[in-house]
Amino acid sequence: MAGEGGAVNSIEVTVNGETHRVAVEARRLLVHFIRETLGMRGTHIGCDSGNCGACSVICDGQLIKSCMMLAVAADGCEIETVESLGDGPDDLDPIQAAFKEHHGLQCGYCTPGFLLNTKTLLAENPNPSEAEIRRALKGNLCRCTGYVNIVRSVQAAAEALR
Amino acid sequence: MKSETTYYPAVEQSERLGAFSGESVPRVEDKRLLKGQGAFVDDLWMHRQGHVHFVRSPYAHARIVSIDVSRAEAQPGVYATLTGEEVGVLQQPYFQMAPEPGGLMKDYCMAVGKARYMGEPVVAVLAESAALARDAAELIDVVYEPLGVTLDGVGTIEPDVPVIHDEIGSNVAWHGVYDYGDVDWALENADHVVRIDRLHFHRFSSAPLETTGALVNWDPGTGVIEFRTNNQMPMFAAMFIGPAIGVGVDHMQFSSQDIGGGFGIKITSYTYLTALALLSRKAGRPVKWSETRWEHLAASAHGNERTFLDIEVPVMSDGTILGFKVRAFDDAGAYLRYEPLGAVIWSQVVPGNYRIKHVRVDYTETLTNKCPVGPNRGYSRLQHLWMVERIIDIVANELGFDPVELRRLNYVQPEDYPYETPNGCIYDSGDYPAMLERVLELIDYEGARERQRAALGTGKRIGIGIGSTLDSGTNNFGQSRIINSALPFSGNGEAAVVRLDLYGEVTVTIGTTPQGQGHETTAAQVTADILGMSPDQVHVAAGYNKAANTYVGFSGTYASQFAVTGLGAVMGAAEKLRGEIVKVGACMLGAEESDIELADGFVRLAANHEAAIPFIGIAATVFANVAELPGELADSVTLNCRYVYRPPFTVPDHETKTGKLTLTYASQIHAAVIEVDEETGLVTILDYAAVDECGRKINPKIVEGQVHGAAAHGIGAALYESFEYDSDGQLLNATFADYHAATALDVPDIRYDDIECPSPFTPNGAKGMGEGGGAPLSTICSAIEDALPEGAHIVFDTHNNSERVYELLRSAAAKGPRGVEVLSR
Repeated sequence: MAGEGGAVNSIEVTVNGETHRVAVEARRLLVHFIRETLGMRGTHIGCDSGNCGACSVICDGQLIKSCMMLAVAADGCEIETVESLGDGPDDLDPIQAAFKEHHGLQCGYCTPGFLLNTKTLLAENPNPSEAEIRRALKGNLCRCTGYVNIVRSVQAAAEALR
Repeated sequence: MKSETTYYPAVEQSERLGAFSGESVPRVEDKRLLKGQGAFVDDLWMHRQGHVHFVRSPYAHARIVSIDVSRAEAQPGVYATLTGEEVGVLQQPYFQMAPEPGGLMKDYCMAVGKARYMGEPVVAVLAESAALARDAAELIDVVYEPLGVTLDGVGTIEPDVPVIHDEIGSNVAWHGVYDYGDVDWALENADHVVRIDRLHFHRFSSAPLETTGALVNWDPGTGVIEFRTNNQMPMFAAMFIGPAIGVGVDHMQFSSQDIGGGFGIKITSYTYLTALALLSRKAGRPVKWSETRWEHLAASAHGNERTFLDIEVPVMSDGTILGFKVRAFDDAGAYLRYEPLGAVIWSQVVPGNYRIKHVRVDYTETLTNKCPVGPNRGYSRLQHLWMVERIIDIVANELGFDPVELRRLNYVQPEDYPYETPNGCIYDSGDYPAMLERVLELIDYEGARERQRAALGTGKRIGIGIGSTLDSGTNNFGQSRIINSALPFSGNGEAAVVRLDLYGEVTVTIGTTPQGQGHETTAAQVTADILGMSPDQVHVAAGYNKAANTYVGFSGTYASQFAVTGLGAVMGAAEKLRGEIVKVGACMLGAEESDIELADGFVRLAANHEAAIPFIGIAATVFANVAELPGELADSVTLNCRYVYRPPFTVPDHETKTGKLTLTYASQIHAAVIEVDEETGLVTILDYAAVDECGRKINPKIVEGQVHGAAAHGIGAALYESFEYDSDGQLLNATFADYHAATALDVPDIRYDDIECPSPFTPNGAKGMGEGGGAPLSTICSAIEDALPEGAHIVFDTHNNSERVYELLRSAAAKGPRGVEVLSR
């Protein structure tokens, strides 16, 4: 892909179990590394300011916004993106299946971020209350659903995973 | 009053819908979107593409003295630049929908000569990467001479303010008076006249999470411009771009697959598409542009801001509201783009949900140094409907009527349908009293009133609000002639192709540009019903592709019409295909067509299911074994059936400003219980409910999702989302850090129910829906006003953050003007 100019560093990043040793420009954001360098387009960009959560990924078990992290800072990290969910290209994991069943997505642009947020939330708290779900989701914006069916999807996913 | 001539010709409604239409069939689109396999515009690329960055005006109004791009062009990795000066040569000003004076406006894709709002594109830079383009943009020297600004949508018409477009000569783009019934008679004969000084509908945007973007290639070999873009009304865009750059529509290809929300804001991106096309031609490369959030909020499109002045409402002593008279000023921002269509579109819903007969609206479309407006969800009707709902609540408060009873008394009643409004629109069906009753049950109205009494003296005040609204759908574009008699538009339509493919596959293409509404799913549902198969056996092409030859001039996804126009087209095409399949099947089975039925993907004899041919047998014969068919039959079938749905509109009347402006009238009634903190003015929603009516529902779960989403936009706008400009015309909140898009903590759980009043005017009984009509804006304002102490100022703005609510709370003690007075005789 096209260069960005500036200093270049070699990093080693594991994304969805596959390790990549790549030279990246120092100013390249992790989200651009995932989307442009690795060509994985499931991680989206909605705001550039860390507010919308469309670019959320899991980094060493923590939910992060990949527009707020430089790719070089991910050196040595293990990243999980939406492409890691489910077995193979057609299988839906229980969280994805719950979002489908409860109409927890419309345009689908924010969805990868919400799925990874839900995965992190349920790993920490398998039985969250509605208030806890809403608090956990507050860093992810959805402009289509009014969050009503997203909350229901997370509740259903929690039940399925328990 | 009603005569048969005011109705539409009888519509034959399909009897085949039922097995799958009406069921919440799971969405086909979901798998790819959940797996990160969607294809949004920023996911696309082309060989040799360059990336675009726009240099934008830091001033709201400034003459461009000089532009020097030499330092930028000398940078490694920079391919080309494009300045406004070049655009002034390469582009003709866009066609304007306004007559004079607004029609004199010269609008280009970038600032030519001067910039008229903060964020207006001044120079485009193309480089090897987005980062290098941005670096190079820093090296472009633009010298500006700042000019005075005009920002107030009403004050901008005064003689001493700066004129934004010299060729127009003032900041008035359009003016017209809509006069229905006899409002002067009503004001003279009413028992009471309620006068409201001023109501203001604020500026916000539904701000889709995916910003605008495009990958554009002006192919030097073929001369075809390919636009891969998330524009949501591509043929409208083509109508503007083509004449402006001298390219035929046949030389423009548009496509999109997944679009990350639109809400109308992505209709007017044709200006950016023009700039990208010119830049592609200049550079000899494909060009890619992904708008940043800042650019989107500052310089894509905003919803219309509207101020209502000098409202007079004649009311009888029993509570009957006879009409209203108002001066409306709609602030279009710096350019007209989609305007002044909004200056007529509000009149689809002149009386709101009420039997109001006498209306005069003196309407002015004005220009200010702010971002141009575009059709934001509920476009132009929600501004007007909010004013009507404010009138209802203010009248109830001032004259001592119960707001529920006043609504019941004045609503259009179930027995009134089809109901003709004062300007000749026909409300197709509905039952507002039943919806009101249901929504009050959902919030436990009586219980809420008890809570309200119990809360007095606790420092928290409870308020209960109701918002009734309409979602008029399927536009008659002939209404544009009410604002400009010379415009060559009328009617509406959508195209679809349903085809039986070589191996018996049923495939559907439509001219729509879905952005999350589930068109692939609902189109498969109706097709499956008509062809006697299951929806998962129907393949609906994802997204829009002009090359599929499935479009008309109004194709796209906007204005609450897919269930009527889009599905009307799909149903018509599926019926045509069904007819061909039956014809071929009858011939192959040696039977009469009347003996044939379609079931489970087979053509068979109704009397003998063993005598059956699978669809693949029909397709293989027509496509690859055609010599076996009689020539006459072979000549009469293609298995490739195109149908254009056309609503039965006539041209509205320019002189009287009357006509049938929209085909369907979906409605929603919302109710809320809120708590207001007396110390801070903070509003907390305790209960929220919405009852929807949109005719026959094809997929109830999708309908409910649309109601939730539209409610969230309204709640967000009512309490959190507002574009704020300072006195220099600087937009103060153009990021999601500052523009508070509603979060999961801000939008409450929404209790939902629906009733179903099928439309008699549509081929499937459905009504278009999805915009929602802005019900929460009315509902929240109604609830805040209900929570205020006796003697407080009326709620006058759609946006009520805690600071404004705090001031309203304090206004009661100040005993100043309340913004309303009553004259009784």
